Amino acid sequence: MSSVASVHSLWTVAAGAPDRIPAPRIEYAQLSPTLIVLGAAVVGIVIEAFLPRRSRYYAQLLLSVVSLAAAFAAVIGLAAGGFGSSKAHLAAMGAIAVDGPALFLQGTILLVSLIAVFTFAERRLDPAAHGNRVDSFAAQPAAVPGGTAEQAAVKAGFTTTEVFPILLFAVGGMLIFPAANDLLTLFIALEVFSLPLYILCALARRQRLLSQESAVKYFLLGAFSSAFLLFGVALLYGYAGTVTYAGIAEVVSDGAKQIDPALAGTMGNDALLLIGGALLLMGLLFKVGAVPFHMWTPDVYQGAPTPVTGFMAAATKVAAFGALLRLLYVVLPGMRWDWRPVMWGVAIITMLGGAIIAITQTDIKRLLAYSSIAHAGFILAGVIAASRDGISSVLFYLAAYSFVTLGAFAVVTLVRDAGGEATHLSKWAGLGRRSPLVAAVFAVFLLAFAGIPLTSGFAGKFAVFKAAAESGAGWLVVVGVISSAIAAFFYIRVIVLMFFSEPKTDGPTVAVPSALTSTAIAVGVAATLVLGLAPQYFLDLAGQAGVFIR
Amino acid sequence: MNPVYYLYLAALLFTIGAAGVLIRRNAIVVFMCIELMLNACNLAFVTFSRMHGNLDGQIIAFFTMVVAAAEVVVGLAIIVSIFRTRHTASVDDASLMKL
Repeated sequence: MSSVASVHSLWTVAAGAPDRIPAPRIEYAQLSPTLIVLGAAVVGIVIEAFLPRRSRYYAQLLLSVVSLAAAFAAVIGLAAGGFGSSKAHLAAMGAIAVDGPALFLQGTILLVSLIAVFTFAERRLDPAAHGNRVDSFAAQPAAVPGGTAEQAAVKAGFTTTEVFPILLFAVGGMLIFPAANDLLTLFIALEVFSLPLYILCALARRQRLLSQESAVKYFLLGAFSSAFLLFGVALLYGYAGTVTYAGIAEVVSDGAKQIDPALAGTMGNDALLLIGGALLLMGLLFKVGAVPFHMWTPDVYQGAPTPVTGFMAAATKVAAFGALLRLLYVVLPGMRWDWRPVMWGVAIITMLGGAIIAITQTDIKRLLAYSSIAHAGFILAGVIAASRDGISSVLFYLAAYSFVTLGAFAVVTLVRDAGGEATHLSKWAGLGRRSPLVAAVFAVFLLAFAGIPLTSGFAGKFAVFKAAAESGAGWLVVVGVISSAIAAFFYIRVIVLMFFSEPKTDGPTVAVPSALTSTAIAVGVAATLVLGLAPQYFLDLAGQAGVFIR
Repeated sequence: MNPVYYLYLAALLFTIGAAGVLIRRNAIVVFMCIELMLNACNLAFVTFSRMHGNLDGQIIAFFTMVVAAAEVVVGLAIIVSIFRTRHTASVDDASLMKL
């Protein structure tokens, strides 16, 4: 009870005015991408409260598109101003990093979200109900599916335009997540983007039972994993006495240099560091969807409304890998020899597990979910490289993968039968005969997933495996190539199914989308081909962005 | 009293919460166990804050409370909506999708 208690007592004799607390310095201009998006989300909520129902859809769509485009322009402006390289620094009193990886990932997330807004706003696919065009979201999500309240809501032409501000809140959290530079900001950003996603999952117009079930599963498991992450934060705080990345990294690398004897039990205690770091990694690997923590992925991807699935699969992965990279490269580089073997194991079972289980799937959305797990494994191979090439290859892979994913899920929304989307693989048989264009576009995405040359998937996979091999992870690359081959099998199987089998007479129809979904798919195809045919410019861009600020 | 005992208590509460999430079947009870885990984190934060003699941990505890409150709002909304559809809050019954 000696020196610990004397550090700060429970009462004080001072009666004078307390010292003036200096106001924190906030660099609003450098934080503008996040602030624009979060501000627009708040405005969106106000629109919901005050605008008449008829005009809300257009107002929300316009607001979302404009704000995401403005935030993307702000990111470009910051990058052009040198904040990605020479002027990279820590903003908001060290809470948020403005550096190359952060700006690159924020730009990617914003572009992906912009396209996701188009798929959210699509109103041509479902047949009109009572003369009103409807989108993929429930008329009134609070109403019991099939009940009188819901029928009344459908008849009145209600739509859930709240999805746009909810999406913007999620995007705001995702922008902070890869830029967070202390563990508190990391945790808050995680919750800010997770909570809106839980809600979005429950809002499907068709098959709401599945949708609600996926939301419950996602919510319970997500909250469970974020509790683990928070306990990891607590232990690391106990270890280092601070939650800033630089502060923890210093204690990790300097070891027990100058430690108060009274704190010898906690500060610099390796048990706290190892357990805390492991719990933190657990929370992040859950969001990434790596194998021991992947159980939620297929159910949530299948049950959520398909536009939400596309957004979630693309943007969450980008944000979570950004945070994982920063954590491993900035906070824990000093214990590289401890985390690398663990991540080796995780990467191997993720690649093999995702690829092998995907073979047995019969639902196209579950198939894409398991393929996303396999891809998480490939990206982890780049993370393990622990080199500058590792960072830039992961950045490139994430950009390439997210556009392909978004495009693929947008195509899934088009293939429909009487019950909504026809996601069972047997229904996709002969799609190539019935509507060659849609099938060809989907084939392009599948080839990109499989990593066939001349697509973005090949360029990304090559960069990631090259970085891993150069850092001495040769066996990891061998496993990666083997699981790529396994994965290629089921991608090609879908292509064969679409083009070389007879279409069924009662097969699904392919809905003709409006310009919104067409744009989303076109951007996906364009990104796939451009990043595949001429990846050099974007590889250079990712290479320049590949330095973290500490 | 040695503050380390509070850390043991925090770890114990966290373990009870985690075990509860895995064992209990009612979604509400599972959710309460998650809240217990968050509170265990808070106790750890405040204890470490006391041991280190800085205020970071106490500030974080406030943030955690806000996050927990926001989580309750979203979580109960989702659980209530599935309860109204199915008339059960058992997590074992939510099994429409194949493994």
